[in-house]
Amino acid sequence: METKHLLTGNEAAAEAAIIAGCRYYYGYPITPQNELINYLATRMPQVGGTFIQAESELAAINMVYGSAAAGARTMTSSSSPGISLKQECISYMAGSELPCLIVNMQRGGPGLGDISTSQADYFQAVKGGGHGDYRIIVLAPSTVQETADLVYDAFDIADKYRNPVMVLGDAQIGQLMEPVVFHKERKNNVADKPWALTGSKGRKKNIVKSFYPVKGELEVFNKKLQEKYKRIEDNEVLFEDLNTNGADVVLVAYGTTSRICKDVINKYESGNHQLGMLRPISLWPFPTKKIREISESAKAIITIEMSAGQMVEDVRLAVEGRCPVHFYGRTGGGIPTPKEILKKIDELGF
Amino acid sequence: MEKIFTRPESLLDVPTHYCAGCGHGVVQRLIAEVIDSLGAREKTIGIAPVGCAVLAYNYFDFDMSEAPHGRPPAVATGIKRVHPENLVFAYQGDGDLAAIGIAEIIHTANRGENITVIFVNNAVYGMTNGQMAPTSIMNQKTITTPQGRTSSEGYPLKVCELLSVLDGSSFLARVSTSTPENIRLTKKTILKGFTTQIEKKGFALVEVLSACPVYLRMEPEESLKFIDNEMTKTFPLGVFKDWETNNS
Repeated sequence: METKHLLTGNEAAAEAAIIAGCRYYYGYPITPQNELINYLATRMPQVGGTFIQAESELAAINMVYGSAAAGARTMTSSSSPGISLKQECISYMAGSELPCLIVNMQRGGPGLGDISTSQADYFQAVKGGGHGDYRIIVLAPSTVQETADLVYDAFDIADKYRNPVMVLGDAQIGQLMEPVVFHKERKNNVADKPWALTGSKGRKKNIVKSFYPVKGELEVFNKKLQEKYKRIEDNEVLFEDLNTNGADVVLVAYGTTSRICKDVINKYESGNHQLGMLRPISLWPFPTKKIREISESAKAIITIEMSAGQMVEDVRLAVEGRCPVHFYGRTGGGIPTPKEILKKIDELGF
Repeated sequence: MEKIFTRPESLLDVPTHYCAGCGHGVVQRLIAEVIDSLGAREKTIGIAPVGCAVLAYNYFDFDMSEAPHGRPPAVATGIKRVHPENLVFAYQGDGDLAAIGIAEIIHTANRGENITVIFVNNAVYGMTNGQMAPTSIMNQKTITTPQGRTSSEGYPLKVCELLSVLDGSSFLARVSTSTPENIRLTKKTILKGFTTQIEKKGFALVEVLSACPVYLRMEPEESLKFIDNEMTKTFPLGVFKDWETNNS
């Protein structure tokens, strides 16, 4: 029988990483992801892994760079301001094609913001975040169970494409307690990594780098990266479709706000129009094609976020004017309520 | 006939981009000779810094990684924790190690991380054409201290002395490339830096005073005299900590 554990999203992410074969964790405390680093401080040594509380977010992500270059499954975790600090090295990891997991349990910004929940790091997560033309794969769970499941997938996808993957939660997902089942039988498909730094015995030396100073080389490399990103866009899109077929109003929401939207749909009673929801699970690659398809029959789309309006830009790019795209959001720890969302729907006036 | 002098196996037969009179070529050759002498080429993993030595990964013939500016000790930590039996070293310049990366070097030393750091101190930023380094000496003229370094820019940062008070550091020494005799001592000291790691004694750092004639605005010979006559007044040569003799 499957054992159910009552855990926070932070703890579930930590345990799932252990089961996925991650043995190298480097982090720095920040609320609201402390349950993750605290859990691994005890758990990593139990499985013979390495846990370092680094001197800074910079050091932590650079230790991840080192362990990833050495061929190991490795991760760090933080929350918004800490993730900002890691961006330089995330760009280096994308440029050096190093796989790793970064967990971001978002809090309010800008600046020190607050420690309550937020989805205001969407732009930073899906548009690159650091310098240069690069992408990281971004997976957004909406439950504690899904946090665990996406952490397993994140390591596999990171290895498959040699690319950093971010699991983008928020304070709510990180600190909420829910039952979770760990799939202990899960196979640890750690990819063969002939490029890793292991010592050059019996082979030519390996170099892990992102520096291409000779004229023309960087453009060739960047084209190769873009081709990889195209393959990811073709193969790794994940979403949940809740009654969008035939719906005339479709809500688009991810993570915590998608749970509220789901509640709205389940409780919504109106003869006027049918409601559906599209929940992007992969924020990059974004479910552009699916949203385009929806926009061909829906009368309106409403994007619900805990931000001033970030994902809505990608929704509009997907819709390309086929139907009106509206937005409702709260910031600074404000959470859209079902009542507020219903009011927004009513305001559409049809 | 017996061959008594040859290119080290750990150093590829490729031209380097270093300027005439630059110390990097000498230091890197010494590292290669030491790694050969340890028979460790196939288990060595090096980290090249941002700065003049970034392309060192093209010159050494063993596994190499790049690192963001100042972060080689953190990257080395991540590699060494995965491969504790490999020989892991970070090669850093004075801007990389003593300015932007001062936090990483202090904490890596303080953890007693079992790695070796080769710290090349030439008192100036070479890669970006001659700005003040954290190790520029007082009154030294650089592009960003045109009147000479004064106390308002702070004082030359003494890395060996700074790290010597940490319980985590095991071997700390400052050497120079100013004369053949000093170069021989540098090689011996780099060897000690690596044997410290092999014997799992913890953190080792070898600071090498080195010349950057182009950005010190000096003839190569003059730049070597600058090391002996000026730099060593601020940065005295010697062993600052040695786990073997308990010298600290």
